[in-house]
Amino acid sequence: MTERLPVVIIGAGHNGLVCAAYLARAGRRVLVLEAGTRIGGAAITREFALGYKVSAVAHLLHLLDPTIARELALAGHGLSYAKTALRTVALSMQGEPLIISGSEILGNGISAADRSAFGLYHARMQKFSRFIARQHGRVPPRLAFSSWRDALPAAALGVDLRRLGKRGMREFLRVATMNIYDVLEDTFENPLLKGALALDGVLGAKLGPRSGNTVYGALYRNSGSLDGQGGVLALPRGGMGAVSDALASAARAAGVEIRCGSTVSQVIVKDGRATGVRLKQGTDIGAECVVSNADPRTTLLQLLGARHLEAEFARRVQHLRIAGNAAKLHLALRAEPEFRGVRPDQLGERLLIAPDMAYVESAFNPAKYGEFSAQPVFEITLPSLHDPSLAPAGQHVLSAIVQYAPYDLKGGWARCKSAFLSAIMAVLEQYAPGIGGLVLHTELLTPEDLEQQFHMAGGHWHHGELALDQFMMLRPVPGAAQYAMPVDGLYLCGAGCHPGGGVMGSAGRNAARVILGKR
Amino acid sequence: MKRHDVIVIGAGHNGLANAAFLAKSGLKVLVLEANPYIGGATVSRELYPHWTYSNCSYVCGLLRPEIYRSLELARHGLQIVPYGGGVTFTRDGDILGGYLDKEVKRREIARHSPRDADAYMRYSRDVMRQCRLIRTLLMRTPPDPSSLKWRDIREMIHLGGEFAKLGEAGIHDTMRFYMLSIADYLNEYFESDLVKATFAGSGIIGTALGVQSPGTAYVLLHHYMGDVDGQMGAWGFARGGMGAVSKALAAALQAHGGEIKVGAGVERVLVRRGRACGVALANGDEHRAHVIVSNVDPKRTFLKLFDASDLQPEVLRLARNFKIRGSSGKLNIALDGLPDFPALGAGNPLISGDMHFLDSLERYERAYDDWKNGTWSKDPYLDLLIPSVTDPSMAPPGKHMMSVFVQYVPPLVHGREWTDADREAFKQTVFDQIARYSPNFRSLVLHAEVRTPRELEAEVGLTEGNIFQGELTFDQLFFNRPFPGYAQYRGPVRGLYMCGSGTHPGGGVMAAPGANAAREILHDLRRESTVPEGWSDD
Repeated sequence: MTERLPVVIIGAGHNGLVCAAYLARAGRRVLVLEAGTRIGGAAITREFALGYKVSAVAHLLHLLDPTIARELALAGHGLSYAKTALRTVALSMQGEPLIISGSEILGNGISAADRSAFGLYHARMQKFSRFIARQHGRVPPRLAFSSWRDALPAAALGVDLRRLGKRGMREFLRVATMNIYDVLEDTFENPLLKGALALDGVLGAKLGPRSGNTVYGALYRNSGSLDGQGGVLALPRGGMGAVSDALASAARAAGVEIRCGSTVSQVIVKDGRATGVRLKQGTDIGAECVVSNADPRTTLLQLLGARHLEAEFARRVQHLRIAGNAAKLHLALRAEPEFRGVRPDQLGERLLIAPDMAYVESAFNPAKYGEFSAQPVFEITLPSLHDPSLAPAGQHVLSAIVQYAPYDLKGGWARCKSAFLSAIMAVLEQYAPGIGGLVLHTELLTPEDLEQQFHMAGGHWHHGELALDQFMMLRPVPGAAQYAMPVDGLYLCGAGCHPGGGVMGSAGRNAARVILGKR
Repeated sequence: MKRHDVIVIGAGHNGLANAAFLAKSGLKVLVLEANPYIGGATVSRELYPHWTYSNCSYVCGLLRPEIYRSLELARHGLQIVPYGGGVTFTRDGDILGGYLDKEVKRREIARHSPRDADAYMRYSRDVMRQCRLIRTLLMRTPPDPSSLKWRDIREMIHLGGEFAKLGEAGIHDTMRFYMLSIADYLNEYFESDLVKATFAGSGIIGTALGVQSPGTAYVLLHHYMGDVDGQMGAWGFARGGMGAVSKALAAALQAHGGEIKVGAGVERVLVRRGRACGVALANGDEHRAHVIVSNVDPKRTFLKLFDASDLQPEVLRLARNFKIRGSSGKLNIALDGLPDFPALGAGNPLISGDMHFLDSLERYERAYDDWKNGTWSKDPYLDLLIPSVTDPSMAPPGKHMMSVFVQYVPPLVHGREWTDADREAFKQTVFDQIARYSPNFRSLVLHAEVRTPRELEAEVGLTEGNIFQGELTFDQLFFNRPFPGYAQYRGPVRGLYMCGSGTHPGGGVMAAPGANAAREILHDLRRESTVPEGWSDD
């Protein structure tokens, strides 16, 4: 009797590792093939200059599903936090910044009206975010029912909606598709507060505050519940790579085999069924089934090939909105920088440059025409303040998400990258006078770089725009939202599936459940 | 002090339709109109001797055939004449002709992109599918999904049934359609920027959104879901101008014994013991009725016509937050003759259709950016028509009337009121855009009426000059229109109803909101409905 073939997982990103761990714990033989020299995908800590380490892509942990952390005992596998419950500091050119910490706001002459309005706003958004989070742990419902059992997931969704209460449900159905600009205009006065909250709605997306879907973006971003609390931001000790390392160790402990440096060039299909993968080196590996952690476009059009897909389906994959708009900036600093009006004890928080909504909107405008923002928006962290292991003593690393940087830039990134970097540094200099003089090393990752270095088509860290036309049963494309692809034995488990990006792991866990439920 | 069964505030097309159906069931109905003429934004006016301007709404395509027939509008003199397609002019002197004949249109598209010619067949099939679905909902009252009343549950079940008919793939397409921007939607079909630009216009008309804003695909649908004698998606002229529509509705109303009072502006809705019981006019008169129906937009109704103390704070909040933005303007122009459009060539039938001058999606989006920055578009979107080509009654023999819908136009210029200088500069911007494609246009102009959102608000009362009585975004559509919990035409005060475009199914000269409101009123009065069931002959 021949030994059972392994489940082959393409890519050791966090979702691939989560999926592997759950499959192995259920007794499957699992083999993870990673093209890179190390595991982690976009959730890694990388030395961008000798002695200076940063979380290379995702830099704040806030969405990780607590169920996964518990079930896989990630703490036991070495996951710990350098800092949790980071506060948000909205920087102001005029001086005093605004501090957002949980349901409280302080500073920047915030009015009593805004303070009380924020309490209500925060509570309402938390309620809606919890509703969304409940859907994250589930496989998206089918909408055609052949039996009452098929109808259950859809019914569960309806029940959850009702559990918001009459007023809650009405309000949710009103705001769910709205733009965050209107909601914030209707609720608050303080421009700095509105700018900061608007950024949550547009971070990582090709959307401005006035674009519909941005309320959903904000809800999604705050849907995490790290250590039981909603919307908590944390820095893993050792950077984002620590999360992947813990996942890998949990997976290995469950019997998973992980091979780095083995690039899958093709999914092998025999009589309409995925039976294994072919490596770049030419060797074939047979598989019980193939699970891809790569993005949907790469998986379906490159590794599988459109010829195995129905034309209409292939066309949909072709049209996936998967072009990234965010860049990542890394600076090695010889000393602590000083930001206008920011006390040293606040420097380690999440710093935002989004002074008002008009600023964010005009940062977005050029992106519509394939140009980068002359005055970009920033989400900045200085992780080395909490985690000395990341930089030499007394020195620091700055990690920032910078928008907007359209993937398909007019004139190409090769030519314009330096211009974008100087635009970035110019704005940074305004908010942190003298920071330029502290810079020892610089790394700017454009969507093009992210695509090449992290094998993400379009350089989109969510593996596809997180918008309502690409969410739940529509993610990645209609008809393939339940992790099983149209070709038997092929599954997706990455951020390109429901619920989407952010270091969450739910996609991997849901995929594993589907695969195990298969037989 | 006079008594009626029903008082309708505002003689717009919805107010008149609503009143007509109520009068038809035997109720004593009085319609009060502030202006000296009826019609609201559905009017024909002689603002220049011997010329008829449809100076607000200018084409007719959405008017529900059910209403047209059951109120016998034909007998009351309404005649709708389909017009000849449309055309997009390119900056390099070419055109894309949207000929009525589908095959000719396909060949014309093929001239610009053979691939898009095939895509066009898929595109129109898919959009028509969406039309079929929404057309079944136009003459129905939206259910309240948060309610457990049998009526709502039954309607939700009906809705579910309609969706189930689409099959899973169909439901997915519909969900995506409602969420996508018109640009993304068109990108899925077409490669030629000109072809995309040609279809994009309907996605933004009357809407303060750009072609890249999610939700604009629906706005396109809103302009496609009508029909002119069975021709789905077609548009036509009301013979004698849009005033003919309100005239016919008024005639139907009067034939059923209803009254109309013009020059009778309502100042207050009178509320006693939490019940709307009458209205007070600007001139001090009071009129009493058991039922008060407002054809006025929701913001104005609740923030201007009511004493704040008569409404719950929540309603005031919803009204204050209601999105009703001014985004468009209009020029009505008397011409000494028919202007040439060299790119069209003499005798091209498209001269009778609507003409567009934006040939790329980027130009559309940049036009929107101007609006966001608080000014009118420097390279504006125009929907230009010469109705007198199709309907000679609009202008003296040999002369012509030109209607130019302009977008984007803000209600305030950089946050301040419009000045005469602004108005003049705005007019020149539009003239320049036209003259670029019609060299002799300027020399033919005899008179031009310039309408910014301000004029529309001042004359017709539409807040901010929004032509739809409220943005057509999902947060204000169907069971959210005008507000969640008040989408069934009943106001927050007993005895008060809403029948304007601010209610489902929204703007456009459709008259469905007025008819649906009438059905709900008759239901509450336990009278037999005079409102026809929705039907579709697709």
